[in-house]
Amino acid sequence: MTDKSQELKPVSDFIPEKAPERYIIPMEDDKHEIALSTEDLQVSYGDKLSLSEGDLRFERYKITSLIGASGSGKSTFLRSLNRMNDGVANVTGHIWYRGLDINSQDIDVYEMRRHIGMVFQRPNPFAKSIYDNITFPLTRRGKYTKAELDEIVETTLKQAALWDQVKDDLNKSALSLSGGQAQRLVIARALALKPDILLLDEPSSALDPISSAKFEDTLLELKKDYTIIIVTHNMQQAARISDYTAFMHQGKVIEYDLTRKIFTRPKVELTNDYISGNFG
Amino acid sequence: MKAKTADQIATAVIYAIAGLVALVLAAMLAFILVRGVPHLSWHFLTAQARSFEVGGGIGIQLFNSFYLLILAMLISFPIALGAAIYLNEYAKPTIWTSMVRTAIEVMSSLPSVVVGLFGFLIFVVKLKLGFSIISGAIALTFFNLPILTRSIETSLSQIPDLQREAGAALGLSRFETVIHIILPASVPSIVTGVVISAGRVFGEAAALIFTAGQSAPSLDFGDWNPFNLASPLSPFRPAETLAVHIWKINSEGIMPDLSLVSAGASAVLIIVVLIFNFSARRLGTLLYKKLTKS
Repeated sequence: MTDKSQELKPVSDFIPEKAPERYIIPMEDDKHEIALSTEDLQVSYGDKLSLSEGDLRFERYKITSLIGASGSGKSTFLRSLNRMNDGVANVTGHIWYRGLDINSQDIDVYEMRRHIGMVFQRPNPFAKSIYDNITFPLTRRGKYTKAELDEIVETTLKQAALWDQVKDDLNKSALSLSGGQAQRLVIARALALKPDILLLDEPSSALDPISSAKFEDTLLELKKDYTIIIVTHNMQQAARISDYTAFMHQGKVIEYDLTRKIFTRPKVELTNDYISGNFG
Repeated sequence: MKAKTADQIATAVIYAIAGLVALVLAAMLAFILVRGVPHLSWHFLTAQARSFEVGGGIGIQLFNSFYLLILAMLISFPIALGAAIYLNEYAKPTIWTSMVRTAIEVMSSLPSVVVGLFGFLIFVVKLKLGFSIISGAIALTFFNLPILTRSIETSLSQIPDLQREAGAALGLSRFETVIHIILPASVPSIVTGVVISAGRVFGEAAALIFTAGQSAPSLDFGDWNPFNLASPLSPFRPAETLAVHIWKINSEGIMPDLSLVSAGASAVLIIVVLIFNFSARRLGTLLYKKLTKS
């Protein structure tokens, strides 16, 4: 296996002799509006250091993909961004959001997560009606009239491209939805909180190709109002929908650049190996 | 021997063993029901027991059984629920939690007569509660708590962690997630567990002999003030339950129709426990369907 892949390994024309080992796109504050950035982020499970050197800046109203092999730390990185690793792993370093270090102990994690929403790999609707799935997290924190809630349910379901299929069954249990529908309901539920940033952890890996394609259309639509960071195993998906792509390997961000550059002219050899399927 | 033959023999043996278990149960049920059911009548179910004459019923004992069951459940359910939520949702694997778990396991294997004697010494004698419904209910709580806790904990642990993550990612605290997401989703299986444990409590005798007492003073069913001793609702009156009654008349009963009363009472006990067990499953399925209705 290794022999063969080494034989097949293409010698890329555009990788110079002295290729850099790491490349991270500079994003100057005056040219890019930064929604979220990380500084010296390190995640460790017990003694084991699983992620280090994750300095990234995420531009507003863009889709950024995190790609990399299984175990490269991309999900761990993503889950640290809204503190979902609290109690699971030890996360040090800073995560800057609106001038606040949200990795600090003083941060109200529950409030912060209403600004930085997350959707997981497998759809996880609550055992409640479709309507209540969306309204429940809202009504736990604020007062809304019935009309306001109706409006939010309709808007978010339309944003998630689910409204036409469920508008007559809003009182049906969400557990009766198909996988693709459930995942879109979960998106709608996250959108109802009006977050700034949406973190998606392989959100379409459990969906069939048709649902997955619809899902990607939904994301491109959402980009107008939301900053999206998505972990994906599917490189075609990353290439299709994202503006920026970060390639991670063994807990490090190896290359972070515009998606079209990553997929056409990667600067680091490791990235080239990965996207051309010749991982050694 | 060929693999196929070996497989056939093994299958036959396993079927035979399973059949034997089912047969023993069926034979016991049939024996009790065939002997007892012909004696059942409205009079038998409602009349007072008689010590020396023919024609006594089990009315008060039946009422006592249900009343004690309800009280015991009212006390044990909230405690079991809290303990189960702690163990499944909050407890980290420390020495303390493993001690709690061991305690629950030991408690669940305590012989119920020991629970009864403990209840007798502490509540009946020391706390001067006397042979009373309240002493019995507390003893039943000790008897019921470990199994109920375990059953609720299992129900909670069947809810996938995805649900907890979903709650957390939506900015809900862990407590909000447990109360509003995890608990509602596990209601069907919790209800099944509660009803099945109710069946066990209903049939329990040994823990009650020395706590709720072996006498069933006549009750005034027109008086519902729980503070009057003659009131059916009084928690301080002695209350012989159906299961205790069966034990009592079989060991020292002297009424002429003793065997008929005993058979009838046993049949009633078995029928109620069977109803609990069958309805537990039905109720759970029904609730789950309601929860996931489409």
